[in-house]
Amino acid sequence: MLKRGFISILSLILLWQSLLWIFHWPAYILPSPWQVAMVWYQYWPILLKQSIPTLTETVLAFALAAVLGSASALVLAYFHWARAWFFPWLMLSQALPTFALAPLLVLWLGYGESSKIAIAIIMMFFPITSSFYDGLKQTPPGFLALAKSMNAKQRYILWFIRVPAALPSLASGLRVAAVLAPMGAVVGEWVGSSRGLGYLMLNANARMQIDWMFAALMAITVWTLLLYAAVDLSLKKLLPWAEDSVK
Amino acid sequence: MNRLHSPNIEINSISLNYEGRFLFDKLSFRLAGGRFTCLLGPSGVGKSSLLQLVAGILSLGARQGNIQSEEGLSLAGRVAYMGQTDLLLPWLSVLDNVLLGERLRWGRRHARIETKEKALHYLERVGLIQHIKKKPAVLSQGMRQRVALARTLFEDKAIVLMDEPFSALDLVRKLELQALAVEVLKQRTVFWVTHDPLEALRIADVIMVLAGRPAKIIYQAEPEGLVPRELRDQAYWALEAELLEVLYRAGDPLAC
Repeated sequence: MLKRGFISILSLILLWQSLLWIFHWPAYILPSPWQVAMVWYQYWPILLKQSIPTLTETVLAFALAAVLGSASALVLAYFHWARAWFFPWLMLSQALPTFALAPLLVLWLGYGESSKIAIAIIMMFFPITSSFYDGLKQTPPGFLALAKSMNAKQRYILWFIRVPAALPSLASGLRVAAVLAPMGAVVGEWVGSSRGLGYLMLNANARMQIDWMFAALMAITVWTLLLYAAVDLSLKKLLPWAEDSVK
Repeated sequence: MNRLHSPNIEINSISLNYEGRFLFDKLSFRLAGGRFTCLLGPSGVGKSSLLQLVAGILSLGARQGNIQSEEGLSLAGRVAYMGQTDLLLPWLSVLDNVLLGERLRWGRRHARIETKEKALHYLERVGLIQHIKKKPAVLSQGMRQRVALARTLFEDKAIVLMDEPFSALDLVRKLELQALAVEVLKQRTVFWVTHDPLEALRIADVIMVLAGRPAKIIYQAEPEGLVPRELRDQAYWALEAELLEVLYRAGDPLAC
């Protein structure tokens, strides 16, 4: 795993460098890997400092979206009327382009963190809700028949059978959300902010500091991968019975 | 187990129509109280559907007629069901799987002590007392069916409905579990669906064969001898020949 990752990254850097050797693009179009590394080397305290607001927004938004998404999936699965009334709205919220909505949210919620969190939540809400809801709908019929033969109450069937049986589906929704979360925060920062990695990119872009753009981009990528790994690992710990059957 | 009142069950002229075809049309028969009735028949004839009708868990099809105990009461709340697969919840331990009914009826995550002792008692009877904390995934197929049997026993119902419970097991495990089931389910009204005539011969007080479309009971026998019958029993082999003949003639239900 580590070896493969190392080889992949190394080949990517090699490809990047060879493109520069062949086409001789100037640094303001495509900086060399070396230049980007130098930005990291010299200015890592700034990159780290600007990561903190972005990461805070990301983690908060992820937690809130997980709670909100799960709750709405439960409501959809348990109440028939909720399905008819709310599912169209859920679809609509997903059909709205978040990128276009972002300026409005910044206008309404201000330059601070809350607009970024709101944008990230809107991006994550649908994948979490729909994957959990799908799982809740697909309880193995044998379990339900067994429960019925035991004179089970509907709410206990939901709580003790349908919810646990749907947790692996919720987990895949959360994995998708973990990748979307930093993107949501950065999109919010692009539209208007006074700090964060998105703000850093915006500034660097305006000043044609493309090496800075790349450095910030890499920071976002690394954080995204780390967040995904953390979520993936804790889900595997929490749901040992949902291990992949394909090893 | 004498405190259990295991009633006769009357199946009164039930019809089941599924997608425009009658699986059963005014089918009537009686299950003897406190005895093992095994139902045989070609696959696809509706054995499992019939069992699920009795269990009150069949969700498909339009139906008529009624199924009740001899006193004219509904069976609801007096039935325990064990399916073809063990239906163990993978996230629960062996003990919690046995206690499942308690959770689903009362919402208790932690059972009361006497309830737990009852579950432990049944787990001991099926020989799993050493494994109560394990998750189903680490158990063998045979052990999983034992857990399912303990869960069925824990429900402590006078009527027990078994849908090919041991069909996935190898022969030795199967013989073992049949003997165990006969012992622990003694004096309950047991309705046991199987595709295996040898299983029926080994454990049944009454054997019925369901065949045709719409399906009818075309054969009924009450083999002699104490259950579980031993394979070396003479009567066993004589009846086997007769039973196989019946099943052979019953043939493919789709051809009727």
